[in-house]
Amino acid sequence: MRITIDEKWCKGCGLCIAACKRQVLAFGDNYNTSGYRLPEAVNAIHCTGCRMCEYMCPDLCVSLDK
Amino acid sequence: MNNLAQKYLRQEALPLIFCPGCGDGIVLNCFIRAIDALGIRDDLGLVSGIGCSSWIPVYIDVDVVHCLHGRAVPLAEGLKMARPDKHVVVFSGDGDCFGIGGNHIIHAARRNIDITVIMINNYIYGMTGGQRAPTTPFEAITKTSPLGNDERPFDILSMMTGAGATYYARWTTAHPVQLEKAFECAITHKGLSFVEVMSPCPTQAGRTIFGIRSAVELMAWYKNNTYIMRKGAAPDPSEKRIPLGLLYQREDEIEYTKAVAQKRSVRI
Repeated sequence: MRITIDEKWCKGCGLCIAACKRQVLAFGDNYNTSGYRLPEAVNAIHCTGCRMCEYMCPDLCVSLDK
Repeated sequence: MNNLAQKYLRQEALPLIFCPGCGDGIVLNCFIRAIDALGIRDDLGLVSGIGCSSWIPVYIDVDVVHCLHGRAVPLAEGLKMARPDKHVVVFSGDGDCFGIGGNHIIHAARRNIDITVIMINNYIYGMTGGQRAPTTPFEAITKTSPLGNDERPFDILSMMTGAGATYYARWTTAHPVQLEKAFECAITHKGLSFVEVMSPCPTQAGRTIFGIRSAVELMAWYKNNTYIMRKGAAPDPSEKRIPLGLLYQREDEIEYTKAVAQKRSVRI
């Protein structure tokens, strides 16, 4: 599984982090040009590919490739 | 940007104007999944009025009309009468649909015309600064009702089914998979189908009505204060939570464009 978060359009709301049942995502140390803190796939090995992070992203910037 | 978004969104219009954590983006996400599953991209007309939620169709790369405040439903009716072979979907907020355009939605339901109305309910006028809307709960505090709302909100389910709508589903943005399925069913249903989407507004409703600023906590509120009602089950009066699911559907009512076409073929 590869989770990519589009830095340009992420608004740092954290809904993808809350949607993940396996704690795959967490806020990282990076900020984008708009000043929002970006989530990162810190625990990608536990990802089951349920795609809830993709569904819950209001800015459609999470993409999951199997 | 996921693959579906690259396929369906107008790239030049991005980023979305919604606030961080707004539910409107999730509705957009679910709607492009639904039109992808149905494969009706070329047979679709989207109509919207004014408000935050009325920005949703603007980002989708299909035929869109962004019209006057509250007048999305009559425009959609005209579009459906001119092209009955197309699917017409209205995106509307609670203020746009029941405040300004309240009369239009009642009469569209009475005619049972085959359009889909997606009403995004965030309990407040979000774009204009957090004034109370016709759906704001009783005693809720907003910018224009600082001592609590003295007006009772609309009972939208009774109002729409009483007026004659033949499909009514209610979901929240905390249930995106079910919401996508509800969109698919509503678009394929013949007759006025009404989908109420309870959507969090962290900027206005979250701060004043709920007292929760965080989008994640607000989404948890929507999940904890709702329950999924099985099809055909009667609502439990002791239940304080809000019922979700397909709450009303009937197939036996005649659809308006079909009724008009029948009359016309008799006269000629």
